Amino acid sequence: MNIFEPENKKLVESEQDFVVNVGPQHPSTHGVLHLKIKLEGETIKAVQPHLGYIHRSIEKMSEAGSYRQFSYLTSRMDYLSSHMNNQACALAVEKAIQVEVPERAKVIRILMAELTRLASHQLWWGAMGLDLGAITPFFIGFRDREEILEIFEDTCGTRLTMNYVVPGGVMVDLHPDFQKKVVAFLGRFKKRIKEYDDLVTGNIIFEQRTKGVGVISAEDAISYGCSGPVARASGVSCDIRKLHPYDGYEKLEFKECIETEGDCFARYKVRMEEMKESVKIIEQLIDNIPEGDFQAKTKNVLKPPKGEWFTRVETARGELGVYLISDGTMKPYRVKFRSPNFSHVSALEHMSKGGKIGDLVAIMATLDLVIPDVDR
Amino acid sequence: MNNEELKNFVAAHCPEAVAEENTEWLNVVVPHDKVRDLLFTLRHDPNTELDYLFCLSGVDWKTHFHVVYHLESKRHKHIVVVKAKVEDRNNPEVPTICDIWRTAEFHEREVFDLFGIRFTNHPDLRRLFLDDTWGFPLRKDYQDDVTIVSL
Repeated sequence: MNIFEPENKKLVESEQDFVVNVGPQHPSTHGVLHLKIKLEGETIKAVQPHLGYIHRSIEKMSEAGSYRQFSYLTSRMDYLSSHMNNQACALAVEKAIQVEVPERAKVIRILMAELTRLASHQLWWGAMGLDLGAITPFFIGFRDREEILEIFEDTCGTRLTMNYVVPGGVMVDLHPDFQKKVVAFLGRFKKRIKEYDDLVTGNIIFEQRTKGVGVISAEDAISYGCSGPVARASGVSCDIRKLHPYDGYEKLEFKECIETEGDCFARYKVRMEEMKESVKIIEQLIDNIPEGDFQAKTKNVLKPPKGEWFTRVETARGELGVYLISDGTMKPYRVKFRSPNFSHVSALEHMSKGGKIGDLVAIMATLDLVIPDVDR
Repeated sequence: MNNEELKNFVAAHCPEAVAEENTEWLNVVVPHDKVRDLLFTLRHDPNTELDYLFCLSGVDWKTHFHVVYHLESKRHKHIVVVKAKVEDRNNPEVPTICDIWRTAEFHEREVFDLFGIRFTNHPDLRRLFLDDTWGFPLRKDYQDDVTIVSL
């Protein structure tokens, strides 16, 4: 690729400027993210993300499907939190057609969402270790995640793109072994989370690579639209589960994990705490899942009135917004997904500017980018 | 501030603003050349202080475009939705706001990429996902017989 092509005028000002391409096939980008990095020695002067390698036009395709169909595409956006993506769409459609979801379905949704958050953070923890040169976390993270995926497979039939949450409730009832398996898993995981801390948290090499690296202040985090663990690590209270509760999160006891340093280590600590909070949430619900219907009765063809609705959901990575516009027909007029990773990519330059190129890997690892969610 | 107070606040600063009825949050439609001044006031006035732009989207209403700004205040916890109305379909232009909220830089590039709405004074207005040979796919009059199969 010719780096002197017109589009790079901003990045390359003279022939002495040194530009390195990272990606689209670089292991530390976890997907097809292409970064052009302007360097001076080892110091980063500018970062320019080039997107679109996995753009599937999900927003355009959503306009072609019905109100039931479009949520299936969203499992393919942030594939590590597909339950929450489906949930955001289901909540938007439920708001539009004004359906009350049964209590049992709400509890199942929260249980699934928190299990997804656990699985996502386990994968992040393993992959982050791998990025920073430690291979063991990868195996441990995947070992534990595998157990959650098996629980999903029992109930949903799939392991990654579950498509389990539908407008009106959930698609099928829980597997008979669900409760038993979750309780057994939580028992094991509560012991193993100490292993996570022993292996990485106090490690001096890890701390040196993450402390004071990739700092973003609270003000900048808000301005860049950061959400989820990234913003909470900078001291911004932004948990949608607390601020705008949905599906009964207001009845649960859990704390919002906030750190103030805003560096990579703070983001690490927030996610580790979130895993413990997710375990607490699941424990509150798992022994008293209410009996009843798992789905409200809805018409086969959903036809919301003219209007627009916006729902916000806390995924494992931050705030997912679904902006749904109806013109009164069977198909959505416009669907916009506000994805958390998109804003985090735009903040990447701000976080890494002035740092070393090795820090960029640590920053990307703790941002926990999922590229299909950026491109959509 | 509640929705009624916010509505009065917007009306005082931008008389052209039209508020929509029966909405969860306050929705105001503003002509595209007035939107930047209004957004600047909403961001910096201590009574509103809408510092978090959580969504920026484009909508094609066939006769005109809307650029929709969803704004939240971290301190006051209120939400305002501002819609910039662009009548000119052939040369749609909206002033950029990426100096007010930094996240708008990428969001505006996305809207430009998919709707062809130009954001004046944007520092780096290039296509984001697609290359230059594409049209603007999220416009309702977009025609592509090769890659879109209509059923």
